[in-house]
Amino acid sequence: MAHAVPADRKWWSGGKSPFNMEYGKLMMWYFLMSDAFTFSAFLISYGTIRFSSNSWPDPNEVFNSFPFVHGVNLPLAFVSLMTFILIMSSVTMVLAVHEGHHMNRKGVIKWLIWTIIGGFAFLGCQAWEWTHLYHQGAWWGRNPFLNANGSVASTNFSNFFFTITGFHGFHVFSGVIINIIILIMTWKGVFDRRGHYLMVEKAGLYWHFVDLVWVFVFLCFYLL
Amino acid sequence: MEHQHHSAPGEVTFHHEPAQGTKRIWKTFWILLIVTIIELGLGLLLYATHFGAGLVLAIKGVIIILSLAKAFYIVSIFMHLGDELRNMIMTIVVPLLLFVWFIGAFLWDGDSFRNLRNTYDPYHKEQTTTPAKQDKPHDAQKPGELH
Repeated sequence: MAHAVPADRKWWSGGKSPFNMEYGKLMMWYFLMSDAFTFSAFLISYGTIRFSSNSWPDPNEVFNSFPFVHGVNLPLAFVSLMTFILIMSSVTMVLAVHEGHHMNRKGVIKWLIWTIIGGFAFLGCQAWEWTHLYHQGAWWGRNPFLNANGSVASTNFSNFFFTITGFHGFHVFSGVIINIIILIMTWKGVFDRRGHYLMVEKAGLYWHFVDLVWVFVFLCFYLL
Repeated sequence: MEHQHHSAPGEVTFHHEPAQGTKRIWKTFWILLIVTIIELGLGLLLYATHFGAGLVLAIKGVIIILSLAKAFYIVSIFMHLGDELRNMIMTIVVPLLLFVWFIGAFLWDGDSFRNLRNTYDPYHKEQTTTPAKQDKPHDAQKPGELH
């Protein structure tokens, strides 16, 4: 639980972190704040354009396919799988950080590998979703889907979808690369020599942020 | 496993003991999973039924609140923000209150734009509320076409 600042220490007198946190970790938090504002700006602009439109494609009519299953109407099914994969990879990342707290190199390696596999699996799923939509005629500047009220839709729908899921997918991809680098550093014993696994923790913060953004992307595009 | 020398960077004053087990992590996983399943259930409910506008909005409101709950659990427990000093938590949480204004203001603006455009641009209103003709097979839109 949250710790109140102990009264007998002068936290702001210099020489130590007033938040009792390593500099790099604090800066990662503030970077994530800036990225949160970026994604929020994207999602809120999506909401604004949607609210300014008389009608919009129904997500349950657009996103209703599943890989290897043809001709069956399965709204929300594939995106549920993607959400589950990302939540699972978040859990494996927390477990990796946990092992790092206990200086257990082998445990960190094991859980980082699972996290990386989860990340690649999510990227594969998103690639399939994009390819499938592209083959149906959707892309930046092209929207074959009708509005829910039957009228011809603008390209806002597909523009926003590909842009925002593209930014998110790029963050997932960079997160996977970072995790691979941290995995190699862990395997080589860098953190054992340092005496702490804080780098794993910082990579974990970035990975959880990516999961958090997906929670809201999934909410805005598929559920609302 | 031999006990490695555990050191913290110089700016860290005290080290709170890491939890021994992973119980809290798995408990949070189950919470996230169940909340997600409830959200999906509500989403499918909206798909399968024809509720009135008010009830649809209320259910969407519940889904949004469930997502916020998920965000709270991910940030507080998975990202360990809940274990940090209170002042540090505030530097993260207080700026996020801006979002309350951000979301409300922009959605309100979007709605106002829609009303104004419908009032002053009847062509747009007719274009976007009239079902498209169904007599030919549905093609992809040509790129660059004005809608």
